[in-house]
Amino acid sequence: MVNTEIKKETMILNMGPQHPSTHGVLRLVLELDGETVINATPVIGYLHTGMEKTVESERYIQAITIVDRMDYLSCFFNELGYILAVEDLLNIEVPERVKFMRVILCELQRIASHLVWLGTHALELGAMSVMLYTFRERELILELFEMCSGYRMNSSYMRVGGFYLDFPKGFIDRVKDFIDIFPSKINEYETLLTKNVIWKERTVGLGILSAEDAINFGVSGPTLRASGVKWDIRMAHPYSGYEFFEFEVPVGKHGDVYDRYLVRMEEMRQSIRIISQAVENLPEGSVSINNPDIILPSKKDAQIGMEEMIHHFKIVSDGFSVPQGSTYIAVESPRGELGFYLVSDGGNKPYRLKVRTPSFANLQALPLMLKGIMISDVVAVIASTDIVLGDVDR
Amino acid sequence: MNNLIEKIKEKCSNKIVDIQICKNNIILLIKPEDIVMACRILHDDEDLAYDYISCISGVDYLGKEPRFMMVYHIYSMKNKNRLTINVNVPENYSVPSVSSIWTGANWFEREIFDMYGIKFSGHPDLKRILMPDDWKGYPLRKDYPLEGYIPAKWTKQDRPW
Repeated sequence: MVNTEIKKETMILNMGPQHPSTHGVLRLVLELDGETVINATPVIGYLHTGMEKTVESERYIQAITIVDRMDYLSCFFNELGYILAVEDLLNIEVPERVKFMRVILCELQRIASHLVWLGTHALELGAMSVMLYTFRERELILELFEMCSGYRMNSSYMRVGGFYLDFPKGFIDRVKDFIDIFPSKINEYETLLTKNVIWKERTVGLGILSAEDAINFGVSGPTLRASGVKWDIRMAHPYSGYEFFEFEVPVGKHGDVYDRYLVRMEEMRQSIRIISQAVENLPEGSVSINNPDIILPSKKDAQIGMEEMIHHFKIVSDGFSVPQGSTYIAVESPRGELGFYLVSDGGNKPYRLKVRTPSFANLQALPLMLKGIMISDVVAVIASTDIVLGDVDR
Repeated sequence: MNNLIEKIKEKCSNKIVDIQICKNNIILLIKPEDIVMACRILHDDEDLAYDYISCISGVDYLGKEPRFMMVYHIYSMKNKNRLTINVNVPENYSVPSVSSIWTGANWFEREIFDMYGIKFSGHPDLKRILMPDDWKGYPLRKDYPLEGYIPAKWTKQDRPW
């Protein structure tokens, strides 16, 4: 007798870690029924470099260059979060000019990060031209970073207690030029995508994440706001002078891929608003606190004066000590809540630095978003969560 | 601030060993066996409503007793405030998992297991997350050497190409 029962078998498909559309070295183990995803399991750790362990053996100044390299698309946020944590333990209040400078850099970085996201997101869905436009404008921002810090990425420009150098001459004018042209460029991207029929077919109603699930999973940033939760750390708990600026927090309604796209597009406009306010009202004054225990003497003095040179040598070779204690500081990175839990034992090296990275928490909710969708849409959902694997694995 | 402390004391007074205030942060000290009960109250209570898990960190205080400390940073979306819970964990102790309360705690606890070897009872999928599955030792422990137990070698024979 012939068995007429239909046998249902699922297939396991391994996606990554070498896959062009997983934004780095993410590996997904997909369980498929035909072309439908039944289950997805992220496997991470391919980019794990033990930065939290390395930081424990470096002095507080040196650790800046290490935290920089965690989320390589938004290094200023890593620097800022870490520095705010150290400053909190040291009980330092930085001058207002420093706060404004930090805000300008961070918001420029947010735009640069969102531009990479937009370019790659569109590229993965077949709209190649968008990437050419977004990388053109990203280049302008990277040039600004190069102008002030000497590096296009991972610039290690911020210091505990302020900055080492002020913005160079002409920097503010170039930022103003950028503010003038950029809003029209966002409109340009939007004409390519927002009402594009193919784009909407591929993104609307896809990868839905409800507000309850998002909160339960610890999702933050634009992914959370697209689900309709109006929570932005810049607004809820202002840090580094965000209380001085006026801006809106865009939220979505449905929590799908399209809403995440709209939220990030609006965020870029709001970043421009913040930068223009900061540039207009940038206070004059010193770019670091006046505390010789923490701040290096100027290069000019260190090359001429004996005492300054000893002082320079002392700080570089020995660092500074941070009082015993622990603190948790969270900043709003382009991907969400970036938290630094810093424990000091009173020495010149961090006793423990735990980094709560937004990509790590957001990636946990990915299997939920992927459940029940077609395999060809998997890359669209991954791109919409905007993960950076350096941020996930650290 | 004081209202909040009163409220927390009222709701779960028998679970809390100590309450500290440090720069507008409330820090609770809770015994490891009470952590799930206390978190359940903090999460479910309508006034407190700590519905969001920010971070769970582990710290190794080598040479002190108990050796490890776990730090839970939880957040209330409704009241917009943060709460820190410290839990002292002795070596070879299984901490009850809070992943049944906040699903997002799952990976944070896996990371702590991976890095410190602290075990979690009732965790749905307790295995290594960042290190390879066959890795020996727990890298973030203070007695684990920075270079690892086996020094890395770069010789011509190691090259795969």
